[in-house]
Amino acid sequence: MAVAAADSSPPLLAVEDLRVSFRTHDGVVRAVRGVSFDLAKGKTLAIVGESGSGKSVSTQAIVGLVRGAEVSGRATFAGKDLLTMNAEELRRIRGARIGMIFQDSLSSLHPYYRIGWQIVEMIRAHDGSVSRAEGRDRAVDLLRRVGIPHAERRVDDYPHQFSGGMRQRALIAMAMALGPELLIADEPTTALDVTVQAQVLQVMADLQREFGTAIILITHDLGVVAEVADEVVVMYAGTVMERSGRRELFYRFHHPYTEGLLGSLPSEQDVRRRLRPIPGSPPSLIRLPKGCPFHPRCPYAFERCRTDVPPLRPVYGDEAHLSACWLPTDPAGREGARADAGVTAEARGSR
Amino acid sequence: MTDVLLELDDVRKWFPLASDRLFRREREHVKAVDGVSLRVRAGETLGLVGETGSGKSTLARCMTRLHDVTSGRVIFDGVDITQMSQRDLRPVRREIQMIFQDPYGSLNPRRRVGSIIGDPYAIHGVGEGTDRKRRVQELMELVGLNPEHYNRFPAEFSGGQRQRIGVARALALRPRLIVCDEPVSALDVSIQAQIINLLADLQAEFNLTYVFIAHDLSVVRHVSDRVAVMYLGKIAEVADVESLHATPRHPYTAALLSAIPIPDPELSDRRERIILRGEVPSPINPPAGCRFHPRCPKAQDRCAGEEPALVSRNGDEEDHRAACHFPVQPGERLSAANGERP
Repeated sequence: MAVAAADSSPPLLAVEDLRVSFRTHDGVVRAVRGVSFDLAKGKTLAIVGESGSGKSVSTQAIVGLVRGAEVSGRATFAGKDLLTMNAEELRRIRGARIGMIFQDSLSSLHPYYRIGWQIVEMIRAHDGSVSRAEGRDRAVDLLRRVGIPHAERRVDDYPHQFSGGMRQRALIAMAMALGPELLIADEPTTALDVTVQAQVLQVMADLQREFGTAIILITHDLGVVAEVADEVVVMYAGTVMERSGRRELFYRFHHPYTEGLLGSLPSEQDVRRRLRPIPGSPPSLIRLPKGCPFHPRCPYAFERCRTDVPPLRPVYGDEAHLSACWLPTDPAGREGARADAGVTAEARGSR
Repeated sequence: MTDVLLELDDVRKWFPLASDRLFRREREHVKAVDGVSLRVRAGETLGLVGETGSGKSTLARCMTRLHDVTSGRVIFDGVDITQMSQRDLRPVRREIQMIFQDPYGSLNPRRRVGSIIGDPYAIHGVGEGTDRKRRVQELMELVGLNPEHYNRFPAEFSGGQRQRIGVARALALRPRLIVCDEPVSALDVSIQAQIINLLADLQAEFNLTYVFIAHDLSVVRHVSDRVAVMYLGKIAEVADVESLHATPRHPYTAALLSAIPIPDPELSDRRERIILRGEVPSPINPPAGCRFHPRCPKAQDRCAGEEPALVSRNGDEEDHRAACHFPVQPGERLSAANGERP
């Protein structure tokens, strides 16, 4: 296990060798295959990956929200393993100490009940001593804090009376109602317009500062990662490809998949530069390729990549920067591989 | 002005709302597009950006005459096609094609890919039998699909490949103008880049003109020569792409640009963000005067009363037009004026 942040206090959440698989008619889908990461109090960890990378399933498994799956590994939250807790213990933690926001805000709210009522019930489910009147006052206050105009009036609205951005903010209000230590936000802004996304990210950052909440942000948007993450995990085909601090990921990436993701985006320095997509498409999680799961699409792949699965190991002499790739782990060796593969240095941007 | 391929002149598209009172005198309308004038030049890519409800997709459908406009004129290659009958429109339809966002919803799941791509040939009576099949397979090869997959069904293709099917179908009749409505927004980033490169290659090869609609401004910036920004059914600003990014004049453009997440931590940290108040108002009763004024950090009394014209401001080039009474100056701080958050 790698060292988390600079401080030596135990992380708020430590996930070790998490595995999730589903039995289907076509075979066993290995959605998550040995994922490890940890998260310090008050920090933001971004998990990036494309469809089917296992980024959502991993976090749902941690809080016991995947049905019909085989889950193994450890997820130690504040000293206790979430994966061995029974349903009742988990229910007490979910919502109270671990808040959650999902992408689809319309299906996360019950269409039949008023927004305020849903927030009050959530609070009272975890704290029976709160009266309905008190709960309502807190709901109004929360809605106001996430920027809902006329909160004292809108608290009695039904979900359909809110716009998408307002619903997502109401969900943040609900997730933050009990001042959780951890917030899991799964693509919280993906369905929103950019100006509304900016509002929602700002609200999340404000609340994080106020409550000292740690955030796991699941996203496919590297722009959002660059904006809010402290640490980043890059997932592909159910495993972690690379894990590092935010700046290291963008300026000193090691894994060719990370390089491919960044090359697929228009460059800020050279807007017209031709994009460098990753060829092909991701593998089936039922019939995974041997060796490194990325090797069929990797411009650097050599013999060993086709046979042996690379372990997640420190690169560039930095214990906090891990990459699951057989390429040399020193900067010169990695750069040499790039030259050999005919990938020009310009691929890296001007830095 | 031979180089203008498509011209929109004060186009309006209003959708009537179902009236809840029988004898209501005035019917209400969703003013999805409300007075848009725009020129698309031959060979260029015109980016069309805007948020949900800005009217960009409705405008696209007016350009291709999938919608009949409420008022105004649509002129393609010098010919007014606004009122043209469906029959007269047939030759025009060969020259204007569309690519849609959803590679799942826009292909009939029960039909084989070869026949989907061959549709335009069937409709316009081009080629037959083996000749048509050969043409379709050439198209498949052109867009990077395996021609041997001619008899497969859409479900056997990935999202990126399906979008290639949509591109092949749009190319079949060698159109001059392709309106791409969010062509990559349903795709993963690595696949997005494949499709964007493909569209660029095809443009170069066939001298195509694109109208490229997207909400992802970094993609629009990458592909476009000029960009038009829409807000609540109107053009807020239109300019050469670099000039728009360097000196946005409309406060809405400035806010929109500042809200795009940049995948570069240093640039992202340095950047000043303009967080707008509130959300886009209803297009049923849009605000009077400038439609952006209730959310604008620079709004003054005049903005509520008088609608600004879309003209060149502050000595900008003739091509850079903004509909704003108080255009943004280079280096001006907008966030300071915007004290209250949403």
